[in-house]
Amino acid sequence: MASIKDMTDTHNWSGQKLVTADHMLFEAPREKHFMTGSEVLKEAVKRCTVDASVSYPITPQSEAAHLIGELWAEGYVGTYFRGENEFGVMSEVAGCAMAGARTITTTSGPGTLRAMENFPQWSGTRIPCQLILMARGINSPLTIQPDNLEVSFMLETGCMIWYAENVQELFDMSIAAFIVAEKPDVHVPIITVVDGFFVSHTRESVMLPADDIALLPYEPYKSPLPPIDSETPPGRFLRDPFVMKSNYISYATHASWQWEVRSAVERSRPYAKHFLKGLVHVTGTPDAEIAFVTCGTASHQAKEAERELMKHGIKTKVIKLRTIRPFPKEELLAELEGVKHIFVPEFNVVGWLEKEVKTALHNNHTAKVIGGPRVAGGMSLPAEAILKEVFEHINVEGK
Amino acid sequence: MANQGPAYYSPYPAAIYEGVITPPEGKALLLEEVVDEEIAMREIAKQMLTKENATIFPGPQVLYGYNDEAKKKATLIKEMAEVLNANMIPMYDYRPKYPKIDAEIEINPNHPNLTIWHNNIKAAIFIGVHCHYANVALKMVRCETDCYTIAICGLSGHEDAMATLRDQHSSELEKFIKIAREVKAELKL
Repeated sequence: MASIKDMTDTHNWSGQKLVTADHMLFEAPREKHFMTGSEVLKEAVKRCTVDASVSYPITPQSEAAHLIGELWAEGYVGTYFRGENEFGVMSEVAGCAMAGARTITTTSGPGTLRAMENFPQWSGTRIPCQLILMARGINSPLTIQPDNLEVSFMLETGCMIWYAENVQELFDMSIAAFIVAEKPDVHVPIITVVDGFFVSHTRESVMLPADDIALLPYEPYKSPLPPIDSETPPGRFLRDPFVMKSNYISYATHASWQWEVRSAVERSRPYAKHFLKGLVHVTGTPDAEIAFVTCGTASHQAKEAERELMKHGIKTKVIKLRTIRPFPKEELLAELEGVKHIFVPEFNVVGWLEKEVKTALHNNHTAKVIGGPRVAGGMSLPAEAILKEVFEHINVEGK
Repeated sequence: MANQGPAYYSPYPAAIYEGVITPPEGKALLLEEVVDEEIAMREIAKQMLTKENATIFPGPQVLYGYNDEAKKKATLIKEMAEVLNANMIPMYDYRPKYPKIDAEIEINPNHPNLTIWHNNIKAAIFIGVHCHYANVALKMVRCETDCYTIAICGLSGHEDAMATLRDQHSSELEKFIKIAREVKAELKL
């Protein structure tokens, strides 16, 4: 194992040259590689000057946590250890982040729910840690296949949620995620979601910058709450669970605290717009009357459907949401101008994205929203299924 | 947004839900309007010089900051209080007070309205308060009091304050004190 050396103004402990996120994401030359999502995440973490990572390996799993462990062995990650279980992992992530460490972990499916209490606690304590959620559904019955049902449980935790479509987006997003989450006026946890298996286990082409550069380190003393250290009187300033003493405080305190966490998520918009080049990405015919609103790999399938429909002379467009929290309502409404039919293909049975879209459109748009097609439990979402849904509905509408 | 006067009970809507966001670098915020820093400084000085029981709330970053910048800021805040004829009530810590706060001598971010009510404060500057606690307090003050709130922030500013200055370090505080002296002279105070 490489030894941890002192950080300098120009280089981190592993000897990588420190650069800004703008340089890393937009300026540094890139080379083509062929990698799985898990391998790409390793490459992203390698370039992020990550102080700490905690994992709980349980079969079935992606390789991601294991590969971050390799980075620790290679001297790129400051510390790495195994939690007692998923709840322990997320609690220990909180501890690392409260102490001022740039911290990352990964999870999916049932493990996410086992750790659930921690996520609103993360946001309530304003830690800027990152969770890579490789979505694979929830028990019971067990699935180890792609399904993003667990995202619906994460929506109101007070964490930011970004959704990557492919390995390239996973690489770029997971780097940008640290920087946006660490902005002093944002400073809430970020959940970067990819669809399990489709992205985590599948090889794709990806453009990567050289690995001799890494992000500038996290600056914990710009945190909106004081980090834990030996000079900060912990009894006075620690992220205190004051809620337990509610008979001594104004109820408005708790309300204000909750609104502040959600305000912090909203403040991430301009930063996310910059690093993600927009909160939504649109492909297809700009003036189409049929739109697909998607996230993750459903976007890829919808784009294929868009090309197939064009062969039938039917113009459509795909509006891919890159952030789910904050929800890109204004951007979505702008892209839906003139649209009459909206389809929301999803990899889950509940249609959480359809509900999000309908909420955004309520009293703001008159288009018909069709929640589907939906698949789950590891089923694929072929373009033909999307075409079938479109043909059925536009026929019903008499077109 | 950020209108004066009690909204009663609830800190919602928070300013950002009304479309008010922290000012961009080099700018300041007056209510919902992004303005030049100097314009905001003049308005802040005017509010502090003309409102009843104007008070500065220095927070832990200047009270307990173990660095030269904090010492310099603390000295300047004392000078600022003299120029603005303002009282000073410190925010000693962030935990709720048991069994009750002494609102005469301190402010606490979990119940800041009590200090403002008790001392009949109509304009106040928050400075040196960690951003999260400043935001929690500012939301409550806005909804439960008619105090004109001002945030002088070393980082990104606070949209829930009625006036906010961002990236304020000792050199900016010196600039503000100079402007405050000019405004005081103009007002013949």
